[in-house]
Amino acid sequence: MAKITFVTSDGERTTVEAESGTVMALAVENNIKGIDGDCGGVCSCATCHVFVEPEDIETTGRASDIEEDMLELDDNANEYSRLSCQLEIDDSLDGIVLQVAK
Amino acid sequence: MEVTKTKTCVIIGASHAGVNCAFNLRKEGWGGAIKMYDADPYLPYHRPPLSKAYLTSDDGLDKNLLKSAEAYEKEEIDLNLGVKVNSINRENQTIVLEDDTVTKYDKLVIATGARPIIPPIPGIDTAKHVFPLRTATDVTNIKETFQSLTSKNIVVIGGGYIGLETAASLKKLGADVTILEREARILQRVTAPLMSDYFNQLHDENGVSVLTGKNVNAIQVEDNSNIVSCSDGSEFKADMIIVGVGIFVNKELAEASGIVVKNGILVNAQTQTNDENIYAIGDCSFHHNPHFDRYVRLESVQNAVDQSKVAAASICGNTPTYDTIPWFWSDQYDVKLQMVGLSEGYNEVIKREEADGKSFSVWYFKDDELLAVDAVNNAKAYVFGTKFIKDSLQVDKVKLSNSDTPMKLGELKLV
Ligand SMILES: Cc1cc2nc3c(=O)[nH]c(=O)nc-3n(C[C@H](O)[C@H](O)[C@H](O)COP(=O)(O)OP(=O)(O)OC[C@H]3O[C@@H](n4cnc5c(N)ncnc54)[C@H](O)[C@@H]3O)c2cc1C
Ligand code: FES
Repeated sequence: MAKITFVTSDGERTTVEAESGTVMALAVENNIKGIDGDCGGVCSCATCHVFVEPEDIETTGRASDIEEDMLELDDNANEYSRLSCQLEIDDSLDGIVLQVAK
Repeated sequence: MEVTKTKTCVIIGASHAGVNCAFNLRKEGWGGAIKMYDADPYLPYHRPPLSKAYLTSDDGLDKNLLKSAEAYEKEEIDLNLGVKVNSINRENQTIVLEDDTVTKYDKLVIATGARPIIPPIPGIDTAKHVFPLRTATDVTNIKETFQSLTSKNIVVIGGGYIGLETAASLKKLGADVTILEREARILQRVTAPLMSDYFNQLHDENGVSVLTGKNVNAIQVEDNSNIVSCSDGSEFKADMIIVGVGIFVNKELAEASGIVVKNGILVNAQTQTNDENIYAIGDCSFHHNPHFDRYVRLESVQNAVDQSKVAAASICGNTPTYDTIPWFWSDQYDVKLQMVGLSEGYNEVIKREEADGKSFSVWYFKDDELLAVDAVNNAKAYVFGTKFIKDSLQVDKVKLSNSDTPMKLGELKLV
């Protein structure tokens, strides 16, 4: 079980729990503002962009090549950016905090 | 928004366009009622995976939802599923449901999308196991039938994206698949010949037979299976038939109420129809694309989502304009295709192959103007294509065709 905290751009914090699935799906399920997941999680839309806290980036890992390329569409992307549909939930993600990009 | 508190916005169709519109209305501050109606009984879901991952996975529809059930409750969106809307009465500003219930609207959004064409091939009505692929129910039917078949010869009629994706997915499940395309090449309407060739070969390599110039003209039932015949005399055994030959726009509601309909429901830059209280968005809308300066009807998630934002903002009293560059994707086997722009009208094509040997991109130009990019396993080309098109930047064609030139704005821009 992993507890994941989303912080939206207007400062709302929501902590939710899950065992599996992607972080994008978890966010959509919990109606987290700013994570739309328009392409259903296949790295095609970049509407699931989150910033990982620097201290958590080792845990989540950094963006893959395709994520990095897609993130170029967003001028605000940085080295802590991830497309949350590419983040699979498992116990290791317990306690992480994600800032929603939009 | 105080002024909208007592008002009702009715949305017909709860899929990519309608659902996003409802949620965007709340974001824009719509304080009144939102009532949605859809004939489909299931909680609204993503359509693109239906022919892709969803067809081959054991995941239920719950893993594939546009929004959770709670999200509709939380945003006070009154979602009525399994309910067909029969008519729109513009004079009274009402809609009539199939059980004759009348609902009043102040603003109405038509997001009725499209339905698959079932071509009038003699014998198609009595043929065994014929399915289109548009809804979750279609996928359930295909999956259940597939499991029940002992012999698994499948004929896919139509080599468009849905036909090709479905063929790839069914192959993955272990079927013997044949694609019958009427035109001289697959994807003829939407891509350059070299893209058609690429996908033809991709399917060949994966053991799916792609046959072009095949005009299906009869289907006969034989021993609980079908014989599909083409006008050139060829015949194919089919235990199941998938029909992917295109769509009809669901425009009848609009048409019957006197709303102007062309190739789709005609809307202005605010997605408004000729009735100022009625909007049309998504696959059913016929709209002007400012960048390419022409009227289009698009079948894509991008168009549905982006129009939903414009409609919501406009309904809430703002004056946004719809001005986007269309994009689309398709997944077949382990190949990811991403497309941006509208290639129609091109007079030059440049193919750029990357050093890795797996990824390439096709750039469509009209003289010096970049119209569109098809990127295969190449998100970078897709992203840079998007930037070039959006900002109407000129591409250095010589540098582009040389894969040693790094894919960077500064490198590829003609100065
Ligand atoms: C198999 C498949 C794969 C696809 N793949 C991709 C892809 O990879 N990328 C991409 O961008 N796009 C893809 N698309 C296209 C994309 O799904 C559509 O563009 C999108 O669904 C359009 O959304 P919409 O809301 O406008 O219309 P629809 O999704 O067609 O929804 C319209 C809804 O209106 C309802 N409705 C219609 N008339 C009535 C009525 N009278 N009363 C009540 N309800 C009514 C229907 O039941 C339906 O649910 C795919 C489509 C399919 C079918
Ligand atoms: S959901 Fe589309 S890129 Fe993540």
